[in-house]
Amino acid sequence: MANDAVDPARRRLLAGTAGALGGVGLAATAVPFISSMQPSAKAQAAGAPVEVDIGRLAPGELMVVEWRRRPVWILRRTQEELDNLAKVSTDALRDPESAESEQPPYATNAQRSFKPEYLVLLGVCTHLGCSPQLRPQVGDLDADWQGGFLCPCHGGRYDLAGRVYKGVPPPLNLPVPPHKYLTDTRLVIGEDQETA
Amino acid sequence: MANRSSGLARWIDDRFPIFAWWDDHVGQYYAPKNFNFWYFFGSLALAVLVLQIITGIFLTMHYKPSEDLAFASIEYIMRDVSWGWLIRYLHSTGASMFFVVVYLHMFRGIIYGSGKGPRELVWLFGMVIYVLLMAEAFMGYLLPWGQMSYWGAQVIISLFGAIPIIGDGLSLWIRGDFAVGDPTLNRFFALHVAAVPLLIIALVFFHIIALHETGSNNPDGVEIKKKKGADGKPLDGIPFHPYYTVKDIWGLSVFAMIFAAIVFFVPEMWGKFLEPDNFKPADPMVTPPHIAPLWYFAPFYSILRAVPDKFLGVVAMGAAIFMLFLVPWLDRSPVKSIRYRGILNRVALAIFVVSFIGLGYLGTRPVSDLYTLIARVLSVLYFLFFLAMPIYTRIDRTKPVPDRVTTK
Repeated sequence: MANDAVDPARRRLLAGTAGALGGVGLAATAVPFISSMQPSAKAQAAGAPVEVDIGRLAPGELMVVEWRRRPVWILRRTQEELDNLAKVSTDALRDPESAESEQPPYATNAQRSFKPEYLVLLGVCTHLGCSPQLRPQVGDLDADWQGGFLCPCHGGRYDLAGRVYKGVPPPLNLPVPPHKYLTDTRLVIGEDQETA
Repeated sequence: MANRSSGLARWIDDRFPIFAWWDDHVGQYYAPKNFNFWYFFGSLALAVLVLQIITGIFLTMHYKPSEDLAFASIEYIMRDVSWGWLIRYLHSTGASMFFVVVYLHMFRGIIYGSGKGPRELVWLFGMVIYVLLMAEAFMGYLLPWGQMSYWGAQVIISLFGAIPIIGDGLSLWIRGDFAVGDPTLNRFFALHVAAVPLLIIALVFFHIIALHETGSNNPDGVEIKKKKGADGKPLDGIPFHPYYTVKDIWGLSVFAMIFAAIVFFVPEMWGKFLEPDNFKPADPMVTPPHIAPLWYFAPFYSILRAVPDKFLGVVAMGAAIFMLFLVPWLDRSPVKSIRYRGILNRVALAIFVVSFIGLGYLGTRPVSDLYTLIARVLSVLYFLFFLAMPIYTRIDRTKPVPDRVTTK
């Protein structure tokens, strides 16, 4: 070249484009590494639906099934418990209509269940993921207690439909996982009920 | 060192400046001559870091990072590996003692204004080390795969789930499974033994380089570089070696005695260093009745619990740690050391100490209405210490700072 003078604008352009392209390359290279930390095919397969026999569940009894490493509760509520559930004051609940909470459409009702008798819940506190405990006795925790669940970690309280009380840390009702009745006594956790 | 202008030392130094480096950072590094008790904790932190690395390397020779084998491999180390119990107790005691030493080291920085200009970067690097140390301790605590390991990790990872929109995906990505499981354990092992220690070592290096560039602060908060002798050395400075190497070795000896007493007589520290529930294998189906973090996380955990809203609780906890980063800029006092500050600074500091220790105590206790109320009051006081700092440090009466350091 005839002219040996440095052209700063040209250098800036070259440095800028090379830097930008290098940055894009670096970001693209980061994708496989970051993706490798996502749940693997094996972990996803282990998260497949599970089938449960609920034929021998006695009224008032709670059964715990593992689904995706998390406890799923199946509580067979007695008629008395269902009656008491209606006595829970909606003013005391954070989300009485379950408007914000997670549940399939077939469980969006007063009992939060497809069949009123059987309550299917993900037994994981919506606060920080601990597993609450069943406290079915009326008046157990306080005079207004109609039976429900108490989280041992930070004192979260839920009624017997998994609805959270006000004044405790959990923000939402306990989620209802997708589930489906194959027969009256066979239940599948992880697949949705066909609502015809 | 002997004459380095010729001979082997010179030959090496021309090729690899190890002796020059020694002079810059040890042999001819002039530190203020008035260091007191509080100045032991920096070197002790370094000593504990070395201990953790060495004991950690030997533990990895026997530990198995898998959900089926992890718990049993720890018991194997404790019972069947020759001296395995000692190596493991050194490591577990080292984790807690690391925080003891680091908290005292940070407190020293606050009382003597060590993070104030020109040492802001020393402070910031130190704070990054502290945050990395918390991550390191948290991930290390999952590895024994006991009940408290498991549920502690479950709780802390779900904190990320509180972040709007990206939260659920983020916590799934961190765990690598729908709940804490084998993939989580495996990656925490990788991060705990390789990634985070490398970062900590690099940051410790930065911390010391930045410190040696500005020179050390001291209990009087006097800049010793302002008064130099005819030889260009600070009049109030003494070479780090042999003066402070000898002092620090003495401090290390006393510390080692206390440390050994813990390791040999109370390695579990009555459930404070190793929690009773962690002697049960992890069970995803059963939450322990009371989940408590280890003592060094307890103050921040208390703040998290004190806020009734989940997301705001996480924000408050993050803010509580972030406040510490800001200290060099929040502190507007014209003097550095507490020695020359007035009553307002002293009262504020006392309130801070009470709130931090009080929150720490409450964080390890089960929730109750009274405790929640106290935790809320203490959380407010904790934040007030920082948020009101620009005001009380400016209006407080100060005493005149001497030109030279004092020795009592």
